[in-house]
Amino acid sequence: MNALWFDIAHLLAAGVLVLSLMLLYQDRITAVINVFALQAVVLSLSVGWQSVVQGAPHLLATAFIALVAKGIVIPTALHRIVRKLDVHREVERVVSGGPTMLAGLGLIALSILLVQPVVETADPVAREDFAFALAVVLLGLLLMITRRNAVTQVVGFMSLENGLVLAATGAKGMPLVVEVSVAFSVLIAFIVFGVFVFRIRERFDTVDVNVLDRFRGERREHL
Amino acid sequence: MTDLVAALPLSPVALVLLVPTLAIPVLAVISDYRLSAGLNMLVSGLTFAAGLLLLAAPHERGDFLIIDDFNIFLIVLTTFVGFTTSVYSASYIGHELETGKLTPAFLRFYHAMYQAMMGAMNLALVSNNIGLMWVGLEVATLATVMMVGIYRTPEAIEAAWKYFILGSVGIGLAFFGTILIYMVSSTVIGAGVPAMAWDEIVRNAAALDPKLLSLAFVFLLVGYGTKVGLAPFHAWLPDAHAEGPTPISAVLSGLLLNVALYALLRFKMVLAGNPLAIDVGAILMTLGLVSLLFAAFMLYRRRDIKRLFAYSSIEHMGIATFAFGIGGPLANFAGLLHMTMHSLVKSAIFFAVGHVAQAKGTQRLADISGLSSTHPVLAVGFALGVIAIVGLPPFGVFMSEFLLVSTAFGRQPLLTVVLVAGLILALGALLMRMQQVVFGEPRGKSDPVKASYVPLFVHLLLALVAGLWLPEALVRWFRGVAALLG
Repeated sequence: MNALWFDIAHLLAAGVLVLSLMLLYQDRITAVINVFALQAVVLSLSVGWQSVVQGAPHLLATAFIALVAKGIVIPTALHRIVRKLDVHREVERVVSGGPTMLAGLGLIALSILLVQPVVETADPVAREDFAFALAVVLLGLLLMITRRNAVTQVVGFMSLENGLVLAATGAKGMPLVVEVSVAFSVLIAFIVFGVFVFRIRERFDTVDVNVLDRFRGERREHL
Repeated sequence: MTDLVAALPLSPVALVLLVPTLAIPVLAVISDYRLSAGLNMLVSGLTFAAGLLLLAAPHERGDFLIIDDFNIFLIVLTTFVGFTTSVYSASYIGHELETGKLTPAFLRFYHAMYQAMMGAMNLALVSNNIGLMWVGLEVATLATVMMVGIYRTPEAIEAAWKYFILGSVGIGLAFFGTILIYMVSSTVIGAGVPAMAWDEIVRNAAALDPKLLSLAFVFLLVGYGTKVGLAPFHAWLPDAHAEGPTPISAVLSGLLLNVALYALLRFKMVLAGNPLAIDVGAILMTLGLVSLLFAAFMLYRRRDIKRLFAYSSIEHMGIATFAFGIGGPLANFAGLLHMTMHSLVKSAIFFAVGHVAQAKGTQRLADISGLSSTHPVLAVGFALGVIAIVGLPPFGVFMSEFLLVSTAFGRQPLLTVVLVAGLILALGALLMRMQQVVFGEPRGKSDPVKASYVPLFVHLLLALVAGLWLPEALVRWFRGVAALLG
């Protein structure tokens, strides 16, 4: 394989990871959505590049779905929800920015240490991609844990799925079935999230999921 | 029956998938609830018939679908419980409409989602392609999420949100594991669709890279383990069971947990074929015991009747997981029998609990007592269900637990002590609650129950028959599958 091709694939995958890190320290919901949209665009570039490198034209479809759905449609809709719910204030955090970033760096180190020695047999592009993908998945999880706003949790979950798409396209020749299903699931996820975000707002007058704790089944009697 | 199968224009496998799928759009547009509930029953009945036809169909495999002994038995069980639950649901939702908890528009949605869930579970069961299996579980999860939140009360929305977040993260991690499995299998089998076929992967298991395989299993375990409701990942389960409509609690406990465990076992079989990979048995035994003990202790402090039995489901999935962790023909046999019996008995209990909650107008355990004098038939059904689920003879759960304990003593004597302690703890908690609910002082409101008791007693009867006498053919079959599981 051409060294330059390899470097470009590497660069794009790393770009997705860096944007995941950037998601962690955004303070405003609108900024979180914008960074997520940017991540989806870089992801679609990365998938498109993999399609060229692997000579797999069907990956272009995956790239296109990622670009349109996660890069344009979902962020636009989320912006609209945020405006409608009037929640473009500061993002509340459970853990503050500094420790979150440190935890994020720790997770990246962990995934590289975990994947690098294990995936010796696969080709180098797949291996590096895979370490990045795992890091993106873990950072998405971290984002979901450290935020308590329903919209930010949605973004965290979709960023986690970006990591899954990155991993699926890095695995050479993975059948289209799975890629379509990922895109499909993201769409369903979005619909469900949309429904829930509105219902949470309707019932609780807020999208702060911390409020949900009040109703934790067993405590109902002490209210 | 073989001639009948041959004469069909479509294979039974296709029917099991197509019948529920085609029913979704039809059920979504029918606005008369009696008609749609009847149609829901009819469709579930047809799916069950198609599942029965599978018994006579030849075993076959393709790159996408597979039929072997292991999944036939689960498909028959799933479609059967799906059918009886649809019968139960038809009478249950009538009451919900009368009390205004649900509106006809939501019922259309409810029936469509019911069939979506059944179809998706069948898809997960018949897939040979590990990606397709994942899609099936994901769609089933999303369909149940929608149904858990259907009452739109704050509690229901909280439960659905929690279930959705935890379920999605779990299913996301399972997908990561699936990709890893493909990565390792494609180096041996070659890139393309065959590298995702489960039977091809099992055949080549010994040649696969053990380190990568072990890493993949960790992700699959956390992912599908969340769906099974194993202890550290169980947080969604009690809420989802308690806040959704009761027929959904019945299928969640009786079916979806089984399907997730089935997926996990398929991957266990892959790792069993590779001597250098991690020891899956030890991990499953640990998780199983932790779930059992944790749930047994939690049973004592429940205040909500559906939540009580949700924790009991965690307990029983723990027991089955422990059995498969021990492995070997006898323990696997016990595990399979336990999955089947739990499915039948737990859905029966939820049927009874649904009637109780409707009659008493509450799910609070403190407000439910004295059923024996106000609703004698229901009290008998509920008491028999509890007696069956805690593992007292002569019901089938006793058989499977007895079999498990007796084989486990030979293999892991110390762990078996823990197992028995957990079983006894759970028995104490459930019998104590049953005593109060059935024989306590009657109080609070008590409406007559109009719904049908047939599904409840059919399930209990089957569990009773299985406890007294297992047909020779079924025993042979369980043995075959147990040997398959290794």
